[in-house]
Amino acid sequence: MSPILQGIITIALGVGGCIAYFYASNLVLDKVIFPPRGADPGRNINRANMVRPWLFLFPAIAALGLYLAYPVVGSFWRSLFNRDGSEFIGLGNYEKLAGDDTFRQAVFNNFLWVLVVPALATFFGLMAAQLTDRIKWGSVAKSLIFMPMAISFVGASLIWKFVYAVNPEIGMINAIRVAFQLQPLDPLQVPFWNNFFLMVILIWIQTGFAMVILSAALRGIPEETVEAAVLDGANPFQLFFKIKVPQIMPTIVVVWTTITILVLKVFDIVYATTGGNFGTQILPSYMMQYMFRDDGRATAVAFVIMIIVLPVMIWNIVQARKEMR
Amino acid sequence: MAMIAGQKSRLTWAVHLSVVVMVVLWLIPTVGLLVSSFRTTDQISQSGWWDAAFSVEKAFRDRIPGDGETQEGGVYVLTGNLLTNGQNAADLKSGTTITAFGTSGIKPGAYKAGETAQTDNGTMTVNADGSYKVTGSASFEGDGPRVYFVADMPPAFTLANYRQVLFSDGMGQAFMNTLTVTIPATIIPILIAAFAAYALAWMEFPGRGLLIAAVVGLLVVPLQLALVPLLRLHQDVGIGQSFLGIWMAHTGFGLPLAIYLLRNYMVGLPRDIIESAKVDGATDFQIFMKIVLPLSFPALASFAIFQFLWVWNDLLVAKVFLPANDQTKVMTVKIADDLLGSRGGDWGILAAAAFVSIAVPLGVFFAMQKYLVRGLLAGSVKGG
Repeated sequence: MSPILQGIITIALGVGGCIAYFYASNLVLDKVIFPPRGADPGRNINRANMVRPWLFLFPAIAALGLYLAYPVVGSFWRSLFNRDGSEFIGLGNYEKLAGDDTFRQAVFNNFLWVLVVPALATFFGLMAAQLTDRIKWGSVAKSLIFMPMAISFVGASLIWKFVYAVNPEIGMINAIRVAFQLQPLDPLQVPFWNNFFLMVILIWIQTGFAMVILSAALRGIPEETVEAAVLDGANPFQLFFKIKVPQIMPTIVVVWTTITILVLKVFDIVYATTGGNFGTQILPSYMMQYMFRDDGRATAVAFVIMIIVLPVMIWNIVQARKEMR
Repeated sequence: MAMIAGQKSRLTWAVHLSVVVMVVLWLIPTVGLLVSSFRTTDQISQSGWWDAAFSVEKAFRDRIPGDGETQEGGVYVLTGNLLTNGQNAADLKSGTTITAFGTSGIKPGAYKAGETAQTDNGTMTVNADGSYKVTGSASFEGDGPRVYFVADMPPAFTLANYRQVLFSDGMGQAFMNTLTVTIPATIIPILIAAFAAYALAWMEFPGRGLLIAAVVGLLVVPLQLALVPLLRLHQDVGIGQSFLGIWMAHTGFGLPLAIYLLRNYMVGLPRDIIESAKVDGATDFQIFMKIVLPLSFPALASFAIFQFLWVWNDLLVAKVFLPANDQTKVMTVKIADDLLGSRGGDWGILAAAAFVSIAVPLGVFFAMQKYLVRGLLAGSVKGG
């Protein structure tokens, strides 16, 4: 069967099945299990209303449980076994990781990414948000800076590989170097600094995200505080850094953490540009090297990523619960 | 007062200028690749894309065919055209003119077009339109002299890269595959999430707070964790690596964001409407289908765009949950695994492939930016 036909059938089944499930299960609950009649109709209605939320939630909980909660446990369990899963080796995979130079390199590089990318993306986003808010063609500028969000990481990697190309007739970086009488070089092979050239790609993509959210936050600042500061003689820089930024600090933190999480997951950029060579390996791309070859090692790396993400996850949950109260 | 006004306008200029610089910096990489996708690989390696709108000068070498000589008053003459009939005719586009020519490879542009050069035993004249006239005191005996010339080629753009990519390199098939993966994976999570979001927003039951916290927590679970156990599971139940598998995987992975976005939106719906519907005897199912779902359209659209962009652009899930053969490869995998490897230096092809894969998301992005922004704000500013 052609995949397209299969897709159409799946959509029909998926959507139709969903509606049918919700409709039928509610019907069964109200008409068959707890019908509002008999000895005590009121009690039956109450009972039905106790069960109903779970009818609404069941498909989502089942999918979330199977596709996101179970794998956390499943991955950890799998990481305790050897390459083909035949032998229990305890923390053996983690020991191997600790002894692997590439892994340590990947952890170090990931640390660099986490330090640099969220900071710069948020900074540029904040600048763009503040600057574009003040000018007439700001919304056009915004949507152009925001545009890379729609481009895939693979596409973005290709776009930047082109910028970095060694041939000075192709790569802009080397064209500029040659114009200044310097030898062309391959930016992706410069030790250590090549990591930063890769980070540029993600910063380029994420700045728009930071800008959109921070620009909304800047607009939400009460006019009175700004006016009061202006009357007191604050200059534009003081106004921005001393009055506006402190008021949107919570949003800045949200943007920062969101990008941090993303940084820990993105493997596409390293995969499509250097393939982890020249000392640019990071954890997600390191994991993909072992995927399909040594599942024990791959899941161990995935679990390490999970542990790094965990503090942010807990912080997010705490924040969300605070909001709800 | 005048000074303050002056400062203000200088600051405004600085703002305009910095925004222009930023926009240009952000746009240049994409524009470079877009321009290159319309140029041949030769053109790309001969001149930077920033010169694409200008003409290019390039030196060529040719040997004038010696047959067909005529005799004019004691000298032997060869005539013809270097641009239309020479060995390089295939590389020379219409509109090309010759600016200079020469008789030795050391100085290929020694004479301006139209001038007459002295050769060992005669003369040579090459005109801008490519026509030449070579004279010699003795017969050429079927062996014409070498000629070097500098051609001025006008800017030329071509769709050949796109034709090549779509019809020969398999990007057409990959495009269909991406579409096949993306549409069900975008539509199916929406309904499942909408029902759950309604329950979490408008129904009272024990454990609700805990469930919301769990959804927030699952938002950040790294996908990497899910790959090995789920692929294993899919293989055990017989789905294996297939479209069905990837639809289900994307549905699962998209649900936390969907539930979170939709719940945040639904909580903000006016309480009066829902309460009065309840008083009038509407069931939860009716309230959901007739009131909440239509009112939540902006949030549904936001999520749909997110999920669409995410699935369309995804590489990781496609690499793991789809088999690695040409019938099922999506575009991101095709570019990252095939084209970057086998056509690593062929920038025209790579650029065209990139733009085939970027075109649809960019269209969606510019058409529905409003909803995208709204969704981002709902997802991050609150709670998140």
